[in-house]
Amino acid sequence: MNAGMTNYYYVVAFAIVGGVFGGLLLSVARMLRPRKISKTKLEAYECGMEPFEGNWTQYSARFYVFALVFLIFDVEIAFLYPWGTVFRDFGVTSLIEMFVFIGVLLLGLVYAWKKGVLKWL
Amino acid sequence: MELNLGPQHPATHGVLRIVVTLDGERVVKAVPHLGYLHRGVEKIVEDLEYFQIPPILDRMDYVANLNNELSYVMAVEKLAGLKVPERAEYVRVILLEFNRIMSHFAWFGPFTNDLGLFGTAFLYGLREREYIQRLFERTTGARMHYNYFTYGGLRHDVPDGFVEEASRLANRLPAVIDEFEYMVEENEVFRLRTIGIGPMDGQTALNFGASGPFLRASGIPIDLRKDEPYSVYDRFDFKVCSASGGDCFARYKVRMDEMRESVKIIQQALEQMPDGPVRAKTTRHIKLPKGEVYMRTEHARGEFGAYIVSDGGERPYRLKLRSPSLSNLMASCVLLPGMVLPDLIATVASVDIVLGCTDR
Amino acid sequence: MAIALPFLIALALVIFVLSNIVFFMWAEFKISGRVADRFGPMETGRWHGWAQPLADILKFLNKEDIIPANADKLIFRVAPFVGFIPVVMVLAAIPYTNKIFVRDFDIAVFFVIALSSFTFVSMVMGGWASGNKYSLLGAFRAAGMLLSYELPLGLAIAGVVMLSATLSLIGIVQQQTVWNIVLQPIGFLVFMVAMQAELQRSPFDLAVAESELVAGYSVEYSGMRYAMFQLGEFFGLWALASMAVLLFLGGWHGPYLPGIVWFFIKFYGIFLFLAFSRVSVPRVRPDQLMDLGWKILLPSALVNIVITATLIVLVPHYQVPLAVSEFVILIAALYLMRRVLK
Repeated sequence: MNAGMTNYYYVVAFAIVGGVFGGLLLSVARMLRPRKISKTKLEAYECGMEPFEGNWTQYSARFYVFALVFLIFDVEIAFLYPWGTVFRDFGVTSLIEMFVFIGVLLLGLVYAWKKGVLKWL
Repeated sequence: MELNLGPQHPATHGVLRIVVTLDGERVVKAVPHLGYLHRGVEKIVEDLEYFQIPPILDRMDYVANLNNELSYVMAVEKLAGLKVPERAEYVRVILLEFNRIMSHFAWFGPFTNDLGLFGTAFLYGLREREYIQRLFERTTGARMHYNYFTYGGLRHDVPDGFVEEASRLANRLPAVIDEFEYMVEENEVFRLRTIGIGPMDGQTALNFGASGPFLRASGIPIDLRKDEPYSVYDRFDFKVCSASGGDCFARYKVRMDEMRESVKIIQQALEQMPDGPVRAKTTRHIKLPKGEVYMRTEHARGEFGAYIVSDGGERPYRLKLRSPSLSNLMASCVLLPGMVLPDLIATVASVDIVLGCTDR
Repeated sequence: MAIALPFLIALALVIFVLSNIVFFMWAEFKISGRVADRFGPMETGRWHGWAQPLADILKFLNKEDIIPANADKLIFRVAPFVGFIPVVMVLAAIPYTNKIFVRDFDIAVFFVIALSSFTFVSMVMGGWASGNKYSLLGAFRAAGMLLSYELPLGLAIAGVVMLSATLSLIGIVQQQTVWNIVLQPIGFLVFMVAMQAELQRSPFDLAVAESELVAGYSVEYSGMRYAMFQLGEFFGLWALASMAVLLFLGGWHGPYLPGIVWFFIKFYGIFLFLAFSRVSVPRVRPDQLMDLGWKILLPSALVNIVITATLIVLVPHYQVPLAVSEFVILIAALYLMRRVLK
């Protein structure tokens, strides 16, 4: 196994240990905890009232526009990191290229801002 | 989405239930539902003799109890034509103002708690309240339901060392209030969460019958202590605090200023306090002459009124109580539609309601 | 043996971090107590309530496990694991000194940032699956926060990556003859703010928001499942506070004392900052949070990147000009912000 593969073998091992550890906690709790389920206990919490209008309601997530802008910028980060490790070797050219890249995205952000879509509500 | 805020919600101060209709997090409609703490106070008192009524009133606004007692006691005095001794009036004023400060402390803590500063300022507020409460405990014998005012004066005289302890407390308080202001006012997040939130204009507030700090924060300086001086309030030098804007920050600011004025009143009253009896010559069981009387006083939360209809017997025919919490709450509910959920919590908290008083 | 070794290391690390978490919890009880002018726990375990966190864990074990009747049962059960497993995986990539580390990943920075945002995913899952309106609101707040704070966090680190030209955490620390906080003050500030949002700690605990949404995404969770969310948060704190130390505070560098001691001194410094900021600032509103993320932190992080990149390429000895210009811009920006807010 080369170093890269070993790294990911470790990651998998950590994931398994995390999962098993969590499972262990839950199963210990299962042995210790009381079980007296009643109908009222299984109701959804609604500040002491009986839940009304059903529990599965719709929520209008007005910030979905953020999600679009976010996606674009997240991809930018994914490009920025590898670029950040090597950009010295290419000098001014890579600098200008990255500025153009960031500039376009920034322009998008400013446009979204001016359009007034950067609002949670 | 329709959502219940209350009756079992961390931020409804008792058992207020607001049914909000949400669009995202924006409140479209907010309907308060009252009555979860309804005990029928006004009906109960019809079966009680006059001297038995103050303990019931204590249980209405359980944060500023003495202020409740006062309106009723003064109404009885007015109808019976009793003259309260000087000393009793002064002790009343001192305790009332301490009670007002306590109530504002008890507002300040939970208010910051609802803004999300979990626990810190809350306990500072309660700590100071505790010091005053010890004085009350020594004076009245109870920590919460004092039952200390009675028609004709006080139940008994203040204990030895009352003046010293009270003045020590009063001298300490300005620094404490400064500390509280320092704690939150320079805090950027506190300012962001309060300035411009829930602005109430004065006219709307008046139309809804709002009163007290809630009204004064909207720029209308109505204070019954000044406008219709009762007891001995006309002998003290204090100013009516008001602020403009009517937002949460103004309400906070008015209460802070008001506490300073209360301290001034207490200090003056302690200096002027005469010796003498604390109770006019009356009997426990009194019969009020046939008639009606309305007496209103400046409660910590606003105008608290007691309206007695007497049919000449030992018990009131009817006792109507006007609760400032109720009208203030109703006034604030016009503000709620259009807000976001956290602002709704902050606004309701800034009104300072006590559900025991609202529901009666 | 070689096959079992990673598992043993993982188990040892999890237990080590857990014992630290017990200390975190106790320290947080005490600090928030002292700040609020009270003592905090005093009874459990006699000496200053040291056993209070243990008692809490025992209580969690004893609590009845309730899954609401109309919850989405599968997702409800899976959500705590989604919050917990990724932050355990992160432990594999965090070095403590140049000798004590699990593995030296060549993309460690990427790895940690990517995995630590799974917390939000677990919140959205748990909150949605509970079939409760409060938790739904909490879940969407968590989603909004993920959208707003992932970017500043990533971009703040990009400046450090450019300075050290590597994505390996060990490499980054070894490059820091001068701590990066000096060269990247803007990046550090942005990172600290975004970190608190990422960790769901007050003033950014919007998805929990006990005074508004009762308990946000975790309303319906009880007992050990709820505790797993909490554990996940503490593991996330461990990961991100370590990142702050490694990226900005020079990791294990420091005079006289051994590296591991320096690492933990800095680590607990960050922890103290988090514990104090939790009890001294009210919660911000969701839209203010988004404004902060998109309109202040994101542009500042971009400005930081632009300055850093330009100076590195154009100026041969860029350290001094970089530090000076960043500090000047930072102070000017803070001054302006204060003026605007007044």
